[in-house]
Amino acid sequence: MNINATLIGQIITFAIFVWFCMKFVWPHLLGAMQEREKKIADGLDAANRAERDLELAQEKAASQLRESKEKAAEIIEQANKRANQIVDEAKEAARAEGERLVAAAQAEVEQEVNRAKEVLRKQVSELAVAGAAKILGKSVDAAAHSELLNQLADEL
Amino acid sequence: MAGNSQEYISHHLTNLTYGKLPAGYVRHNADGTETELTEATWTMAHSGQEAADMGFSAVHVDSLGWSFGLGAMLMFLFWRAAKKATTAVPTGFQNFVEMIVEFIDNTVKEAFHGKNALVAPLSLTIFTWVFMMNFMDLIPVDVLPTIFGALGVHYMKVVPSTDVNITLGMALTVFAMMIFYSIKVKGIGGFVGELTLHPFNAKNPVVQALFIPVNFFLESIALIAKPISLALRLFGNMYAGEMIFILIALMFSAGAFLGLLGGVLQWAWAVFHILVITLQAFIFMMLTIVYLSMAHEDH
Repeated sequence: MNINATLIGQIITFAIFVWFCMKFVWPHLLGAMQEREKKIADGLDAANRAERDLELAQEKAASQLRESKEKAAEIIEQANKRANQIVDEAKEAARAEGERLVAAAQAEVEQEVNRAKEVLRKQVSELAVAGAAKILGKSVDAAAHSELLNQLADEL
Repeated sequence: MAGNSQEYISHHLTNLTYGKLPAGYVRHNADGTETELTEATWTMAHSGQEAADMGFSAVHVDSLGWSFGLGAMLMFLFWRAAKKATTAVPTGFQNFVEMIVEFIDNTVKEAFHGKNALVAPLSLTIFTWVFMMNFMDLIPVDVLPTIFGALGVHYMKVVPSTDVNITLGMALTVFAMMIFYSIKVKGIGGFVGELTLHPFNAKNPVVQALFIPVNFFLESIALIAKPISLALRLFGNMYAGEMIFILIALMFSAGAFLGLLGGVLQWAWAVFHILVITLQAFIFMMLTIVYLSMAHEDH
């Protein structure tokens, strides 16, 4: 239990160890620990952010899917409508063409009839002239009576 | 047996001392003869009496050796851990070191309110080093002295913290830091004012002047009591613990029944002592932090 130079020795030893600890041990250990803490916090943050991003992306995907479905339905509807329209148009066109053909045919028929009438009229007038000549006993000068003949033909 | 056990105890309480014996000193040899030194000699003390006669210039080789060895081992382990410290997942010993560092860091943050890069590493050094010095107490008292005895070393006190020089050395270093930071933070005037203007003060300058010596007396005692109590608390606890281990160890040579009882007591006291050594290391560190925190506080 003697107080002696051990005291001085211990003071020096103590000072050296504290200095060593302060210089080479503490800053490295605490620095690494704090850095790791920050890294972990950042990692957790990133994970949270990624989760939120994923949620957003899923929402976006769902809304896009819904939108595209709607659009597809719209397109189909439009196509149907267009198809109906085309069919209707075709029907209309066909009907019009038919009508036109019928009209043309009728006109031709009428023309034919008129032509036939004309021929008939001419023949009738000739017949009438011939008949009259026979009745009168002499020939009728066609040229002289052409006015009369034409009048007759018009009356027929 | 009585003389024997007294010898056993005092042998265990004697440090391995290296120092200077003055010329004309009479050494009592083991075989009963006496040798008178013709000139002053640097030598190992052969008895407690010789160690005491060496005076202040002597050194306790065992205390200082163990204390330095344990501290160097700690610092080496910490240094290796610090060198390998990365931000990757820590494993094994690295984890253990980081646990201690974090514990110290939190304690310092809670108790120390100033800004000082020294306090945390100081606390780490104190806590782990004092713990290791105290831990030597848990090694059965006769193991190391017997080994060293076989190697020809007669005295070996293996628990440095049962040597008052060691605890006082640390306490005085802490005391020096207290004074240094007090003056650094508050200036000479602030430090002197702290010593002389409390606890009694008065508005009247004459009365105040009368109070100054009283204040100085009280505050000086309070100031000096800090390192003394710091040193003696650790020393007293460890010395008493060591003493009880030695007394229990005495029972081993006193028959089968007492020997067995001694074994049980040794175990029980060692278990209890685990608490004591940790607590004393923690108290030493905690008081250091508190004292330094007080030194940084400006009133």
